[in-house]
Amino acid sequence: MKRYQAQFALLAALLISFAVSQFSGRMNDYYLDIVLTAGISVILAVSLNLVNGHTGQFSLGHAGFMAVGAYGAAIVSIELGPQLQRIFGSGEAGVGISFFIALLIGGICAALCGWIVGVPSLRLRGDYLAIVTLGFNEIIRVILQNTKPDGVFGGALGLGGIPATTSIFWAFGAAAVCIYVVSSMINSTWGRGFLAVRDDEIAAGSMGINTTRYKVTAFVVGAFFAGVGGGLYAHQKGAINPEGFNFLKSVDVVVMVILGGMGSTVGVILAAIVLTVLNEYLRDFEQYRMIIFSLLLIIMMIARPQGLLPATLFQKKGRAA
Amino acid sequence: MSEGLHLENVTIQFGGLKAVSDLSFHVQPGGIFGLIGPNGAGKTTVFNMITGVYTPTAGKITFNGIPLPGHQPHQITPLGIARTFQNIRLFPSLSVFDNVRTAMRMHLTGGMGQALLRGRTWRESEATVETDVMDLLEIFDLGKARCEMATSLPYGDQRRLEIVRALATRPKLLLLDEPAAGMNPTEKEVLMRLIQFIRDKFDIAIMLVEHDMKVVMGICRRIVVLEYGVKIAEGTPAEIQADPKVIAAYLGTEGEKG
Amino acid sequence: MEQFAQQLLNGLFLGSIYALIALGYTMVYGVLRFINFAHGDVFMLGAFSGLYLNRWLGPMMAGLHWSISLTVIMLLSMAICAALGILIEFLAYRPLRNRPRLNVLITAIGVSLLIEYTGQHPAVFGATQQSFPALIPANNIALTSNLAVTNTQMIVFVTVIMLLVALRYIVMKTRMGLAMRALSLNPTASALMGVNNSVVISFTFGLGSALAAAGGILYASLYPSVEPFMGIIPGLKAFIAAVLGGIGNIPGAALGGLIIGVTETLVGGYSSVVGLPTGYKDGVAFVILILILLFKPSGLLGKTEREKV
Ligand SMILES: Nc1ncnc2c1ncn2[C@@H]1O[C@H](COP(=O)(O)OP(=O)(O)O)[C@@H](O)[C@H]1O
Ligand SMILES: [Mg+2]
Repeated sequence: MKRYQAQFALLAALLISFAVSQFSGRMNDYYLDIVLTAGISVILAVSLNLVNGHTGQFSLGHAGFMAVGAYGAAIVSIELGPQLQRIFGSGEAGVGISFFIALLIGGICAALCGWIVGVPSLRLRGDYLAIVTLGFNEIIRVILQNTKPDGVFGGALGLGGIPATTSIFWAFGAAAVCIYVVSSMINSTWGRGFLAVRDDEIAAGSMGINTTRYKVTAFVVGAFFAGVGGGLYAHQKGAINPEGFNFLKSVDVVVMVILGGMGSTVGVILAAIVLTVLNEYLRDFEQYRMIIFSLLLIIMMIARPQGLLPATLFQKKGRAA
Repeated sequence: MSEGLHLENVTIQFGGLKAVSDLSFHVQPGGIFGLIGPNGAGKTTVFNMITGVYTPTAGKITFNGIPLPGHQPHQITPLGIARTFQNIRLFPSLSVFDNVRTAMRMHLTGGMGQALLRGRTWRESEATVETDVMDLLEIFDLGKARCEMATSLPYGDQRRLEIVRALATRPKLLLLDEPAAGMNPTEKEVLMRLIQFIRDKFDIAIMLVEHDMKVVMGICRRIVVLEYGVKIAEGTPAEIQADPKVIAAYLGTEGEKG
Repeated sequence: MEQFAQQLLNGLFLGSIYALIALGYTMVYGVLRFINFAHGDVFMLGAFSGLYLNRWLGPMMAGLHWSISLTVIMLLSMAICAALGILIEFLAYRPLRNRPRLNVLITAIGVSLLIEYTGQHPAVFGATQQSFPALIPANNIALTSNLAVTNTQMIVFVTVIMLLVALRYIVMKTRMGLAMRALSLNPTASALMGVNNSVVISFTFGLGSALAAAGGILYASLYPSVEPFMGIIPGLKAFIAAVLGGIGNIPGAALGGLIIGVTETLVGGYSSVVGLPTGYKDGVAFVILILILLFKPSGLLGKTEREKV
């Protein structure tokens, strides 16, 4: 059994989120919304952690990839939804399969953008990536805002009428898959390359590690899950607009990763959940929220750059692997 | 003729500075080859050009007939060249075990797909890697420290670990950049024997940059002497020791440390 | 043809302000090898200092010629922002000297957000746009029958040129400038040669921030409305200008600024001709950035720097 530990954990997580999902009808809509947001935040934070934490790059454009995924998935649902349900049926299973396809397409579009942005900038030093991704985030927003209001993208007002398919099962199931993928990548001989690239690119290169390829891989996988997260978000809220994916949304995710501890999956998951809940409580203090967050970033970097729950905390004693 | 490492008229320029000019030499398979010279002579730069970290401005470098310049470091390592660094460059957030494991990565066939599926092939190859790493660590007496963070090891062990990590790529030529730096005479003695042991056990060529004359003269078959990027002598240890130019270069820089 | 010339001129004026901001990025990068993300916010603070100084000092200087009050306000804002720049470096960046670059970058993002959101608080500047006073009297100068520049544009251009000359003098002819150049070549060696690196770094931040402040006032004079987030986009474009010119290279930053300003204005002016929304002009700088990173990462005038191994 121990051999398939990771796979079993994933299966268990999927089953549990499915079971819990069956009872979510009894939940207060307000709390359900927070729970779903927490699940999506986990996806965003864990996937950004692959890039910023494990691989030591610095992306500031996660919301840009999220936007691509959100629009991609929403457009599939709106434009192709009826056709897909004609193929797969309009029962629960049919709706599920159609949604899965929409999320997948959203993720793939985001991954493709990740590849286009990553290849030129990842050859260079880390801080260029920050600017390029930030720029990408802006470009996506500018392009979406300048589309025709009556076209498929909906212009500055965005898209409405997206089916509200995202449930606890979808949000936490996707989060479980994301966690599984990122930890399986890192916890293997192949995946130790990511950490080597982060620690010392020159030494990693001399060990035969293709540093650019590793960085691009991390970036594309990170973008893919950001896209899936965006798709879930679109089908949670039912409506999206370009402003919702601005630079500040990216900063929110960065704060989660830094607070949890760059490179620490457990820390980042907890930070994503805690900050989502905290954001709800701080809604009445909106004016202060970002002041607190920005101070937190500065103080963390000066006093505790490894994060509140650093990766070293979770390393198993007595096992090297 | 094309076997081993060949440098032909290799020159590299940084801005106005010719760090290495018109350098030629040949390292044959299976022997210890010394590269010496005063601090700043261009020894590390030669290593960097061989391993693809720098690209020479002019000249040819071939290894077993394959031209090296223009290739990335990660493309050159699989040809059978591995190195250590003058200022140790271990992966600080990885354990001793993982530092060596990353160097084994090159010999894995499976990549991301296998890591995600974690099937039988993956488990078997991970198991092989684990035994290979442990075998290497045991040979160099680092097995007990496998779970330690690499940079928490004592200095001498870190130098040794860097050599182990380089060996894990299974090189045919191992480049050691000042492996004895910062060691006391007893430790240097041990290191000398270790280097000879590596040559015999793994049957590889070793190119050694070292300041300590006792170490170099004691184990090298051939030696090249650099001064200001120019080769001023080449020969056996006895020839080098008798060469007036070498003596002048070294007397002129006595007191300097590198 | 004349319309093209007009666009070119407009681009040149905008570009000269980008150049001014870009210099701050490039100088800080030169001495510390890091991107001072908060630089665009210092630019914003410069504009706001201009706004408030004019509010307080304006009545006192009512009888004076506008050029004198402009100079006074400009110099005071530059001094205030220089002090702020030095303070930011001292509080946020200095504790991180010798830490990984990534940590410094994250701190800089934190500083940037802190300035923006503190500014947005109603007790500080407030979130709404405020109109910027006409420090320079509006007046069109007709060059030909169809080609005109405004008084403001001319003043902006002349001021930028004067500041660039002053900067060149400081960097090339003073001891402090020599120390800056030494530090950017090799920090260890410059320290060994008796340069007090910390003082030079403070000075560089002060100088860059002063230029950003001037840029802020000039920008607000061209586009007379200010708000706490106004620094983000011009800051990013100026950064791209610095990369385009070769980061760390002072003439390069100036050149890059002009190129970005002109390209952007031309795209804005002609995108409707090829059927694109004019809003796309804001994306031009980023496309330039991607292209330069792909084809000449060291920038137009920059030298490739090889990390010593
Ligand atoms: N990346 C680089 N940029 C500029 N100069 C360099 C670089 N790498 C090495 N050098 C210069 O090349 C010369 C030789 O250096 P090095 O090879 O490290 O000497 P050694 O290893 O023999 O002590 C030195 O003057 C050094 O400053
Ligand atoms: Mg050396």
